[in-house]
Amino acid sequence: MAAFSRRDFVKGSLVAGAALGAGVGFPSVLRAQDTVKIGVLHSLSGTMAISEVSLRDVVLMAVEEINAKGGVMGKKVTPVVVDPASNWDLFAEKAKQLLLQDKVAAVFGCWTSVSRKSVLPVFENNNGLLFYPVQYEGEECSKNVFYTGATPNQQLIPGAEYLMSKEGGAYKKFYLLGTDYVFPRTANKILRAFLLAKGVPADNIAEEYTPFNHQDYQTIVGKIKRFSSGGTACVLSTINGDSNVPFYKEFTNQGLRSENAPIMAYSVAEDELRGMDTSALVGHLAAWNYFQSVETANNKKFVQAFKAYAKKANLPGGDKRVTDDPMEAAYFGVYIWKQAVEKAKSFDVDPVRKAVYGQTFAAPSGTIKMHEVNHHTYRPVLIGEILKDGQFKIISRTKGLVEPEPWSKYTSPDKGCDWVKYQGTYQKKA
Amino acid sequence: MIRLTVLLSLTVWLAAGAAGHAAGAPPSSEVARALADLTTDDADKREAAVTVIGQTRDPKWIQFLSGLRDGSVYARTRAGVTELVVGGSKATRGDQDVIDIAGAYDREPLGTVPLAELKEVPADRRLRLVIKPFLDADETKGQFADPDPGVRRGAAVKLGNQAAAGAAPVVEEALKKEGDRWVRHALAEALALIRLANGDGAQRAAAAQALGELHSESALPALQRLAADTAASATEREAAVHAIRGIQRWGLLTRTVETLFQGASLASILLLMALGLAVVFGLMGVINMAHGELMALGAYATYVVQNWFRAAWPAHFDSYFLVALPVSFVVAAAVGLVLERGVIRFLYGRPLETLLLTWGASLIIQQGLRLWFGAANVDVSSPSWLSGGVPVMVGLTLPYNRVFIIGLATVSVAAMYWLLFRTSAGLRIRAVTQNRAMSSCLGVRAGVVDATTFAFGAGLAGLAGCALTQIGNVGPSLGQNYIVDSFMVVVTGGVGKLAGTILASAGLGGLTKGVEPALGAVFGKVAILVAVILFLQRRPAGLFATRGRNAEA
Repeated sequence: MAAFSRRDFVKGSLVAGAALGAGVGFPSVLRAQDTVKIGVLHSLSGTMAISEVSLRDVVLMAVEEINAKGGVMGKKVTPVVVDPASNWDLFAEKAKQLLLQDKVAAVFGCWTSVSRKSVLPVFENNNGLLFYPVQYEGEECSKNVFYTGATPNQQLIPGAEYLMSKEGGAYKKFYLLGTDYVFPRTANKILRAFLLAKGVPADNIAEEYTPFNHQDYQTIVGKIKRFSSGGTACVLSTINGDSNVPFYKEFTNQGLRSENAPIMAYSVAEDELRGMDTSALVGHLAAWNYFQSVETANNKKFVQAFKAYAKKANLPGGDKRVTDDPMEAAYFGVYIWKQAVEKAKSFDVDPVRKAVYGQTFAAPSGTIKMHEVNHHTYRPVLIGEILKDGQFKIISRTKGLVEPEPWSKYTSPDKGCDWVKYQGTYQKKA
Repeated sequence: MIRLTVLLSLTVWLAAGAAGHAAGAPPSSEVARALADLTTDDADKREAAVTVIGQTRDPKWIQFLSGLRDGSVYARTRAGVTELVVGGSKATRGDQDVIDIAGAYDREPLGTVPLAELKEVPADRRLRLVIKPFLDADETKGQFADPDPGVRRGAAVKLGNQAAAGAAPVVEEALKKEGDRWVRHALAEALALIRLANGDGAQRAAAAQALGELHSESALPALQRLAADTAASATEREAAVHAIRGIQRWGLLTRTVETLFQGASLASILLLMALGLAVVFGLMGVINMAHGELMALGAYATYVVQNWFRAAWPAHFDSYFLVALPVSFVVAAAVGLVLERGVIRFLYGRPLETLLLTWGASLIIQQGLRLWFGAANVDVSSPSWLSGGVPVMVGLTLPYNRVFIIGLATVSVAAMYWLLFRTSAGLRIRAVTQNRAMSSCLGVRAGVVDATTFAFGAGLAGLAGCALTQIGNVGPSLGQNYIVDSFMVVVTGGVGKLAGTILASAGLGGLTKGVEPALGAVFGKVAILVAVILFLQRRPAGLFATRGRNAEA
């Protein structure tokens, strides 16, 4: 990731030490028969804390809701919260602790792909169960992970498709801009393959990366300006959190406007917009599977419940807190697990895993469905326009749910993911 | 032809509308039927209905279509009769959701009703596609009437990019009324682009020539097509080739000026960040690891001032930044003073201990900010006079915030030189720097000088933090993002020499922006770090080495 200085390292270890110390006091002593433990594996300190703390909050809220209604199969759910401190080695260590020491029934956690990759062997070797709630680059098909966030075809491609459509503006040139790490690199690989397959000439696609925490977007915006001057160009952005404000500010200040060169963001959600001066972002777009502005009765309840929970639990931000896509995915993940346990009548990983297949749940974004064989989730795809108040106006949504494709048909047309007929990833017959 | 149809339907509608209004009766039978069709499930009927409503070209019906597109149109059935209404703000009364509704055409409020009584008229993808052109035509007209030249310019660029023949009269009309130089330029460009795409041979040649004179980069692809088009006449092709050459020459010029400006902007930011460090590190020999956090304090001071203004004097919000500049200086200077008097003064001459100590202080300040303001970034809005940019030549807009920071850096450097070399306080600072013992003997109170120098350096950090709010994020880890660059500038420049700091920031800024277009941001950064390492290998003391007896001190 970013150029980590020694200071970061020392600081990381200090925080990690503190977290370990705190861990001892957690309710791991509750071994009574009428409780079942689940693990919550999100960074509560370090660089990723900004994003991940909200996921912990919403998982704990789901647990509280479930417990208030009698728990799972008559057992109270006890969450074991650990802090891997944005440090991926620590992620693996904490995952091991949750599985072997605390013997949790399931784990809800991870945000970055690198943290997921780091815990993957732990879950596979110890036959654990991880619910991973964030949109990611795909190309993974683990028996021990359920992916409740979007696969590339549920976010990346619909976003680009929208901009190519007549309604979206029929854009013909695409500037792929991202932060330099695994998600943007893979995402842009898929997007490029998709655009080429749709007949976009290679000259009309530009690709560029910036380091983490990059602040100076003068040169890049200058390039985009020239790139877009020949006609209709748009930006597909996988820029991560922090760098977005300087990017959008520079974009507006150099005289580019959303109607002539819109930015479709894949990593900007309501929770990130909280700390931003949104004036420069208004009118630009984002593609997600859920927005806080989704109008369903379930979502209204969800948003209200979360605000009330944040206020009651005295979380920073209180009832000004917002909900977003990864939070929704983290939230319904807990319920999917509960339903699967009840269907399997067991807390054991193997029966629960099989019971998850095909499970449906009335999530805030509408009824979603777990895939029958590939461990991912059917979700609707929405395109939203950023408003001044940091919310999104939904301007396009797919009819019905989009089937998840962990292996993109544009970059890996020969691969599939199936845990019923095959053992995970398999070669499709030509 | 199109205009005629529009005119006709408009007249028809006006007549019908006038009659309808007088009687308070529903709209014309055609529109009424269309409205009824909208609530059916038949997609073809719904599509035709939108076309009928859109073709009225009545602003109020266009507004209705816009509402339909946004999903705020509802059907209400009362006593067997279905009517369409437009929904407004929603609220919750008890356990019931209610909504304000208004008439579909006149937007006359019809009171507040429970949401359950209404049925949303959904606008699916197909319907939205039909609605869009009607809204666009209306939108462009509205945009040309907008008081903000940026909006008018954007509309002109959009029409130029679309290059639809039908838009020419609209652009011509706008051109007649337009006063702003840059909007006129965009309009002329759009007009030429439209003619280039749709005109006959002579028009195309003239348009190509005009585009060349306008230095229009957006015209390059179209011109290149024309130049290669064997069906076009020789004059046309020649005009296109000539125009292309002119535009490319101009492009090279703008790119050079742009890179120079970007280099200057980055250099000014680096200079602002490093200036305070150069004072503390260079003059006092204290390696201040808390420098970044002092910048963060300045940035948070700006945030607090902004919130005061927002709460107390919203009318004067734009001037908050002018107040924030001195406030951030004072806040950081005060913290610096406490730091110096409290701990650092006991550790002079022990650089490693001060390094550890200031690092500890940086952690404390950082965590303090996190506890007080929360771990998430906070939002600092730019005042309107620092948003946007000034177009200086075709194809080049200089952002106000960057121009401002270049100015601020210049003023800060000038002020510092004046302070150090033209005032008695500066004389004392230099004296203590050169020979502390001798200065003390001659009656200079070295302790006071130390404290003021440190506070001044800290204040400069605060000022830099305040300026940085206009460029980047404000969060507890703001300092960490900048501290490495600050040290890099000071060390490259040579410790203890202000001229070195200035030259190093200019050099690093210019070099970064010079290599970035070719190498990209990631490898550009790598290249710069390699260059700095190689440079320091050859000249370990930096650009301007301190020479003489106290060089080792």
